[in-house]
Amino acid sequence: MFCRYCNHLQAPTPDYYEFFALPRNLALDPDDLQKRFYAMSRQFHPDVFTLHSEQEKRYSLEASSILNDAYRVLRDPISRAEYVLKEAGFDIGEQRGKDVPPELLEEVFELNMALDELRSGDEDVLPQLDQMRHNFVEMLHQIDRDVEEQFRRHDAQATLDQRQAVLSEIRAILNRRRYIRNLVGEVDKQLTARNA
Amino acid sequence: MSTFQIDFSSAGKKRIVGIDLGTTNSLVAFMDLTGPEVIPGADGSLLLPSIASLNDDGTFTVGNDARRLLIDRPARTVYSVKRLMGRGVADVQDEVKLFPFRIAEGSESVIRLDLGGRSFTPPEISAQVLRELKQRAEAYLNEEVTQAVITVPAYFNDAQRQATKDAGRIAGLEVLRLVNEPTAASLAYGLDKRNEGVVAVYDLGGGTFDISILRLHEGIFEVLATNGDTHLGGDDIDNRLLSIALEDIATEWGEDVSHRGDAVQTVRRAVIEAKEALSTAPAAQIDVEFQGRKYQREITRELFENLIRDIVDRTLGPCRQALRDANLDPEHIDEVVLVGGSTRIPLVRSAVETLFRAKPHTELNPDEVVALGAAVQAAILSGDVQDKLLLDVTPLSLGIETMGGVVSKLIHRNSTIPASATEVFTTSVDGQQNVLIHVLQGERELVKDCRSLARFDLKGMEPMPAGMARVEVRFLIDANGILSVTARDLRSGKEQSVEVKPSYGLTDEQVEAMIMESYEMAEEDFKARQVREARVEADNILAAIEKAKANDAWLDLSDEERQGVDLALNELHVVYHGDDHNLIRDRIEKLDNATRRLAENMMNSAVRNALKGTKI
Repeated sequence: MFCRYCNHLQAPTPDYYEFFALPRNLALDPDDLQKRFYAMSRQFHPDVFTLHSEQEKRYSLEASSILNDAYRVLRDPISRAEYVLKEAGFDIGEQRGKDVPPELLEEVFELNMALDELRSGDEDVLPQLDQMRHNFVEMLHQIDRDVEEQFRRHDAQATLDQRQAVLSEIRAILNRRRYIRNLVGEVDKQLTARNA
Repeated sequence: MSTFQIDFSSAGKKRIVGIDLGTTNSLVAFMDLTGPEVIPGADGSLLLPSIASLNDDGTFTVGNDARRLLIDRPARTVYSVKRLMGRGVADVQDEVKLFPFRIAEGSESVIRLDLGGRSFTPPEISAQVLRELKQRAEAYLNEEVTQAVITVPAYFNDAQRQATKDAGRIAGLEVLRLVNEPTAASLAYGLDKRNEGVVAVYDLGGGTFDISILRLHEGIFEVLATNGDTHLGGDDIDNRLLSIALEDIATEWGEDVSHRGDAVQTVRRAVIEAKEALSTAPAAQIDVEFQGRKYQREITRELFENLIRDIVDRTLGPCRQALRDANLDPEHIDEVVLVGGSTRIPLVRSAVETLFRAKPHTELNPDEVVALGAAVQAAILSGDVQDKLLLDVTPLSLGIETMGGVVSKLIHRNSTIPASATEVFTTSVDGQQNVLIHVLQGERELVKDCRSLARFDLKGMEPMPAGMARVEVRFLIDANGILSVTARDLRSGKEQSVEVKPSYGLTDEQVEAMIMESYEMAEEDFKARQVREARVEADNILAAIEKAKANDAWLDLSDEERQGVDLALNELHVVYHGDDHNLIRDRIEKLDNATRRLAENMMNSAVRNALKGTKI
């Protein structure tokens, strides 16, 4: 069972989808994934190999760390999509989340103004900031719905090229998502700093 | 209480014990046919106070006997050493002021306690407690015990875990698993039999606080999030009461006794008694008597609760954070379990109830439940319990130092362990052959705000232009929550050697040296025991001869025979107080030979007497 991972130091990190014996789909049933995770945990976990040979203990440690890493990445839709993008050769570096998406230019400008005013001690902008934060969080929810939609579209494509095209769209959505999430994070940071 | 499916088919193999190495008390438990059981000591008590006191001959007195020595020789008697495990001197400046024992000069990354001129590290002190528990288990089970599961606070960092493992090794125990205390407690409760659900375990012990949130599903105990404070517990409450009482006493007696170890320990004992009484009574008395002087003060529960409210409130922040990390609201929690002696305090119970909106479980003794859980985990490891599996998490994020003193996170907190991360490093200078990697644990962004774990030196890289070398480093946190690092050169594919310099811990060589020392100590212990046993044997034969001399049989001996016995008696008396057990045994044997005729005579006369009274 472990032979595939015996020579782990030479082998690249195994593919997470292969590890779970799952087709390369972006939409995954979380209950099914959890079931597989629990069953494989019972199989691989170091507790099961405590009194076995040193070699078997090492394999079990290796296999269960891969299992846990794979589960952590695949169970969250966003990190799952990022993983698939990366494996498909897309660049998903943080840098891509730093350019302002054109359709958000106005909102971002207003937000930065409000944050500046807050920093200079003007508390009157608080209700406005709150409203802006709310709007951005709403956008995130909408994006998450869009992403799921795109996941299903991706999975329905017949050829690799077609899938690649959808992935490219998903990447754009994820970049937008990351940008907005950073904005919300910035607002939260300012508000906590003010409260502290 | 749950039932356990136990498979003892593999009977005859070595037994693994479960140990709760607590701040205040420690316990050892094992899996019996009916379920986990705490093993009592010779005096019948289940709790072994985690106190060790250094004797003049270099041995330690541990447990209840050591507790009595807190007052007689405070400078050599160590308590709450768990708070010093895996820590540096700078970390503990504040609380060391309250300890009567001193930190040795020259302690750096590892604290050394100066006990009357000899210095000991916290793992060595903990090893004394563990050794006592090991002996307790061996005496009770009547077999050698060499393997154990030891519990640690869930929020313990790498250094604190490593220090606990070191303590086990020094005590002669192979530590098969470190298991988190709240998780162990949930195993003992076996809540999985009744519930598929989400459980919060609130563990407030003597020195540490943990909160863990678990999902239970068909025997799988999956920790979703954990949080805590390794410096928050009953000790803080004791210290609060203690400083108030000491101030009071200074006013009343006109003398500040806070620098006197024996006085402080006397007052400490008194405030702890009052604290414990307040868990059930509406008021209690702090009652101090010290060298003829008295101090008394009544304390109501209301006053007590006002004094400690901020300490109890400090546990709530970590609880909320754990909920957030688990992505849950309080109403998602199906069950709450209370662990640790400090959860007997009514204010603590009501705070937990308010936060989680659930009545907490208290069926199992909060002092014993962690040890019982450790025994269950031991049985899982031995294969005796097969339906349960624990999936725990790492409590703190792991990262490495990058440019500008910023920490780049590689493994996030609450990741299920074992967990790993891989990172590729290169050189910044032409011909560079070493790369130093600084590993940290913590949630903050800057190196100075995180806990330094270790520096790993990648050595012997091929000299190459800057930026050309590529070394892949793999960070692996094992099921104990302990980090290991491996590296390989991506160009040659060769394994790269990694030299580890722990920031707050002992090196492997230091631990080995301590193990050797403890073997020597164990040998000395063994010798002392043999001398004691020889003396007991001598006592028996001396008493028997004393009695025989009053018997007619003594008079039946010849003068020569009587002189021979007296000579042998004298010779035994001469060596009796020496420390050579072989010599004592030799003289016992000689005396035995010299009295053979006497014994025969006595036997004969006994037989004659017996026959006289019997009608044939």
